[in-house]
Amino acid sequence: MSVKRNNILAFLFFFAGTYACKKEMGNSSFEGFQQPSNFPAPEYHFETNALTQAGFELGRKLFYETQLSHNNTISCGSCHIQTSAFVHPGHSVSHGIYDRLGKRNSPPIMNLAWSTSFMWDGGIFDLDLQPLAPIANHVEMDDTISNLLVKLGKTTDYPTLFQKAFGTPEITGTRFLKALVQFMVMCVSSHSKYDSVMRNEGASFTSTEQAGYVLFQQKCNSCHKEPLFTDHTFRNNGLPPSGLNDEGRYLVTLNSTDRYKFKVPSLHNIFYTEPYMHDGRYFDLEGVLEYYNSGAQNTTNLDTLLKQNGRLGIPLTSVDKTNLIAFLKTLSDRSFLLDKRFSEH
Amino acid sequence: MQRIFISFIAFSFFLISCKKDSSTTYNSSVKADLSVEFDNIAGSQDLQLNTGKYITESGDTIKSITKLKYFVSNFSFTNMDGTVYTVPQDSSYFLVIEGDSSTYEPNFKVPEGEYKSVSFILGVDSVRNTLDVSKRTGVLDVTSPATADMYWTWNSGYIFYKLEGTSPQVPSMGGMGGNNFYYHIGLFGGKTTSTINNIKKVTLDLTARGTPKVKSGKDTNIHLMVDVLKMFSGTNSISIAAHSMVMTDDYSANIAANFVGMFRHDHTEN
Repeated sequence: MSVKRNNILAFLFFFAGTYACKKEMGNSSFEGFQQPSNFPAPEYHFETNALTQAGFELGRKLFYETQLSHNNTISCGSCHIQTSAFVHPGHSVSHGIYDRLGKRNSPPIMNLAWSTSFMWDGGIFDLDLQPLAPIANHVEMDDTISNLLVKLGKTTDYPTLFQKAFGTPEITGTRFLKALVQFMVMCVSSHSKYDSVMRNEGASFTSTEQAGYVLFQQKCNSCHKEPLFTDHTFRNNGLPPSGLNDEGRYLVTLNSTDRYKFKVPSLHNIFYTEPYMHDGRYFDLEGVLEYYNSGAQNTTNLDTLLKQNGRLGIPLTSVDKTNLIAFLKTLSDRSFLLDKRFSEH
Repeated sequence: MQRIFISFIAFSFFLISCKKDSSTTYNSSVKADLSVEFDNIAGSQDLQLNTGKYITESGDTIKSITKLKYFVSNFSFTNMDGTVYTVPQDSSYFLVIEGDSSTYEPNFKVPEGEYKSVSFILGVDSVRNTLDVSKRTGVLDVTSPATADMYWTWNSGYIFYKLEGTSPQVPSMGGMGGNNFYYHIGLFGGKTTSTINNIKKVTLDLTARGTPKVKSGKDTNIHLMVDVLKMFSGTNSISIAAHSMVMTDDYSANIAANFVGMFRHDHTEN
């Protein structure tokens, strides 16, 4: 009898224990930065920005904070929409404050912990410095960081949130930047079908996807290098310059060999990150692939990989394109797009 | 007679004071006050923001100067015996802002002694340009109001030198910018990709115009003149008409080449 009672008690304790664990997981457990096993080591310097739950949550609130713009209308989230892997879908270029237009396509905020530079031209070399650019940009938020820090200091909630994250209520520029980065580096997308296949988690490619993957490795992988689908370099992919004549990385380095080069973008969630290219000129993947098949121009500094065998671009049959698109769709990570941790609270 | 006597006494005092002066002993293990004053001028005139009118060497008219800001950093002082005292990094960065007199005179604590030269850089070195934001304090804090307009947010790096103003030589751009000129000179050489390096080291002899004698209990001041008109001449002649806006631009190197010539030692207050 006593043995039986002990068993029952043990069972109850166990049940209570699992219940408590589950409750904690659902509400407040902060797991910090999780390294996907199929990704390389991150580039971000976590040693100067230790992630905490309070820091991450403050960063998230700041990310969706319209007071970051001069007239309190534009937040980071205005042009970086989570359900589209944090791009601005349907917009070749985004409209910022007073509907002023930028000149380049809003890039995704995803797996930035692995990025070696930021923006299409790589002008920013440290993620901590990245938020300064859209805040100051005349067509984006058009504010000064010192002004917005004053604004945040006058609110009732931010001093408390800075205290929770950093120990004291002071709202300094460094803390502001570090908190935003804590949010951004947590935005890891690594649960696509592709990632599951690579990690041998049970998923497998269909025959079309597999054919697309083989083709991808032959024709795309030298620049869009797995598993992040970028080699972090800058290349001219032969797009005819638009009327803006955007010279890309040249504007940053002033090296003539960088003229018309732009960063090789990641392809994670590519199905959701339309429009494509640095100026968002293509609205679907069919258009992009046909561009590589027949649209590349022999402009200054065209990448040598796009002029092989006396031909510009990358030859792709219609079957090739179908297979490639099937493969590219396996890079979609719906759990990332819908992850409540990254949504406005 | 009386006159001769007075002369004798005066001469004696002179001898005594000379002797006293030449026998000043310095204790190099003691640090004392030394300041370097950056006195911005335009040719033979004091620089007056907004109101002063100036003519460059090549004859261009500057109707007004509306902004002048520049970083000076990495100071070192060379003693008469050649010993170099390098100011510790954490207290070696200054932003001179015309119109804000609190920024004109960087202060240092240096070992007692007589100094024959001062060196500094116009700009911010590549190490500080790539430092973690948490370590960018004081004038290097890119989020502070004074520094924010001395930093390129889109092309990570400090603007070393900024001169803005108006000139009738600036071609009118259909209402865009009026007759304004803008010289925003930066570029530290790049972090991962090599770029232009516009950091300029300035070394000035201090013996010809008054050797600073640094001693505890007094404040020695090295008074430098910084002639903005020299930015338009020297190594390269800069035409305002042809180059009214120079920022991240190959041409910035031509302007930076004139930087060293802007600085001269005027006198020392011992």
